[in-house]
Amino acid sequence: MLEADRPRAQENWSLRESYLYDRNVIAEIQRAAREGIYDIRGFGAKRRLPHFDDLLLLGASVSRYPLEGYRERCDSDVVLGTRFAKKPLELKIPVTIAGMSFGALSAPAKEALGRGASEVGTSTTSGDGGMTEEERRHSETLVYQVLPSRYGMNPDDLRRGDAIEIVVGQGAKPGGGGMLLGYKISDRVAQMRDLPRGIDQRSACRHPDWTGPDDLEIKIHELREITDWEKPIFVKIGATRTYYDVQLCVKAGADVIVLDGMQGGTAATQDVFIEQVGIPTLPAIRLAVDALQELDMHRKVQLIVSGGIRTGADVAKALALGADAVSIGTAALIAMGDNSPEYDDEYRRLGSAAGFYDDWQAGRDPVGISTQDPELAARLDPVVAGRRIANYLRVLTLEAQTLARACGKSHLHNLEPEDLVALTVEAAAMARVPLAGTDWIPGVNGNI
Amino acid sequence: MTIATPELTDVEIVDLASTQLRDLNGRLHDPAGRRRWRIVNPNGAHAVACGLDAEIEVEIEGHVGYYCAGMNKLATVHVNGNAGTGVAENMMSGTVVVAGSASQSAGASGHGGLLVVQGDASARCGISMKGIDIVVRGSVGHMSAFMAQTGRLVVCCDAGEALGDSIYEAHLYVRGEVASLGADCVEKEMREHHVAELRTLLERAGCDDVEPAEFKRYGSARQLYNFKIDNAGAY
Repeated sequence: MLEADRPRAQENWSLRESYLYDRNVIAEIQRAAREGIYDIRGFGAKRRLPHFDDLLLLGASVSRYPLEGYRERCDSDVVLGTRFAKKPLELKIPVTIAGMSFGALSAPAKEALGRGASEVGTSTTSGDGGMTEEERRHSETLVYQVLPSRYGMNPDDLRRGDAIEIVVGQGAKPGGGGMLLGYKISDRVAQMRDLPRGIDQRSACRHPDWTGPDDLEIKIHELREITDWEKPIFVKIGATRTYYDVQLCVKAGADVIVLDGMQGGTAATQDVFIEQVGIPTLPAIRLAVDALQELDMHRKVQLIVSGGIRTGADVAKALALGADAVSIGTAALIAMGDNSPEYDDEYRRLGSAAGFYDDWQAGRDPVGISTQDPELAARLDPVVAGRRIANYLRVLTLEAQTLARACGKSHLHNLEPEDLVALTVEAAAMARVPLAGTDWIPGVNGNI
Repeated sequence: MTIATPELTDVEIVDLASTQLRDLNGRLHDPAGRRRWRIVNPNGAHAVACGLDAEIEVEIEGHVGYYCAGMNKLATVHVNGNAGTGVAENMMSGTVVVAGSASQSAGASGHGGLLVVQGDASARCGISMKGIDIVVRGSVGHMSAFMAQTGRLVVCCDAGEALGDSIYEAHLYVRGEVASLGADCVEKEMREHHVAELRTLLERAGCDDVEPAEFKRYGSARQLYNFKIDNAGAY
């Protein structure tokens, strides 16, 4: 229910709202009783979680000196896959586009992501269902995902990718498989995935030919052999038991670890999964960096962090905590036009409104992004949307550079935990930086 | 059962006891390389002859580890021994023959080509298959053809529990006992064109001592293709 539509309950004590059973909870219980199925939706976690907003950067003053904005350099390049690959990825900015499938997204949307990423010198990523010609043609650097479903997977595309990403899980649903409901299975999607048209397509949650870290090591070895050791191999994990998972990925031979916190988006997942499984991005980064440092592999195995990256401040804080790069998904869709007020009338006809639309699974996206309807998809101009992606990526980078210069850093990677303080005790404990105005790091020292 | 091994002339012999796997696979991937290869002393090595992409013939004398002939295209690979997990995984085309038995996930997610296992195949044989043809002269383990999308799986002896669980449009033929069928997998009528299809598969696999009439056919009941709450107990 939209705020404007709610009764003015505060004026009458007898109409006060239950904390436990607020209107959202009541509506969901009644919907479940009516429809007999769990709520499936897109977007990411909507609950309040400790996040980068709970951290602040310490700008330079007397004890540190800043760099001049617009005049002194603050570099942003990053190299991914330096551990074993003959051809590591050299990106101009440390913000990449996360894996999102053709199927979940329209072909113009995938093309736009490639165009935008290429314009600013970063990478984009395929997704479940395989690689489309549009995205390969328009993506200067394309990471090819190897997913449990293996939909559309083939060795030709594996070799055409610039890097390989083995997807173990994603932050919105660690431990869960994919879901593409029947109304998005068009002829083209069905053909690419070897499935009948119109059926609910559920991707497996485990890979068909390996289980556990020892097998993963052999799988990585096979992929290296097939591609003659040229491609960096990423392993993507949803944030849960992050410390151990990261160490096992390193042991298995990953070049790059992609860590997706629970705020990470999804095209279609049960609401209960999105909101109740995994850990937030903030503590996950800390655990991952701990794991890498303990193995003396920090900066040798690169860490890409995703899940709730919206601003250059988020980028700067993630890098300060030890990430080598970040990845965006939901924010990229919004940059292309998702939830645009321009389409508010159409969103309302779908029972939602601009700013609230999360039925990405339904295939009726009026903007033409999360749909396979040819008429809706045609609304998205990939050139215009690609330009928006490029603009947005530039803004993220400029904002992060602005903050880094203020901290006296000549490269985004020179940001460090020492540049951060926390606004809440929870964030201080999770990120392991001091509570602002104190030197107290809960769990590390006892001083307040 | 026999599959004719071509008379190998002009064969390059590689001894994996003295050659690095990387060197072997690199040479097998070389478009200007030899057409016929014999690999000796594989000693259970993983990823032997994976990623082949040409009409070459590779004969492996001994047992191999995981992912032998993984993602094979066009090539013919004979394993004169047993194969570990994921033999011919995601195969696109060509032929892979295992003279012994195969471990788990044989032919997993294969898109095409023919995989023949002359012994038994373990659990999850043909899992997530997408067009591959698999003929197993012996039996297959549990969860075989799990989420099998398209392609054909022929089992000349028995199948373990939950055969064809959550199957889509793959065709399954089993001559012996099936311990149990998985969700949405049912026995189906064996029609003339199925007999013909099976006969062709058996011939291609060199199973000339097995009668198609002795098999039963299994496939999808198509009741779980779109989620219905009334079917929740079946998942």
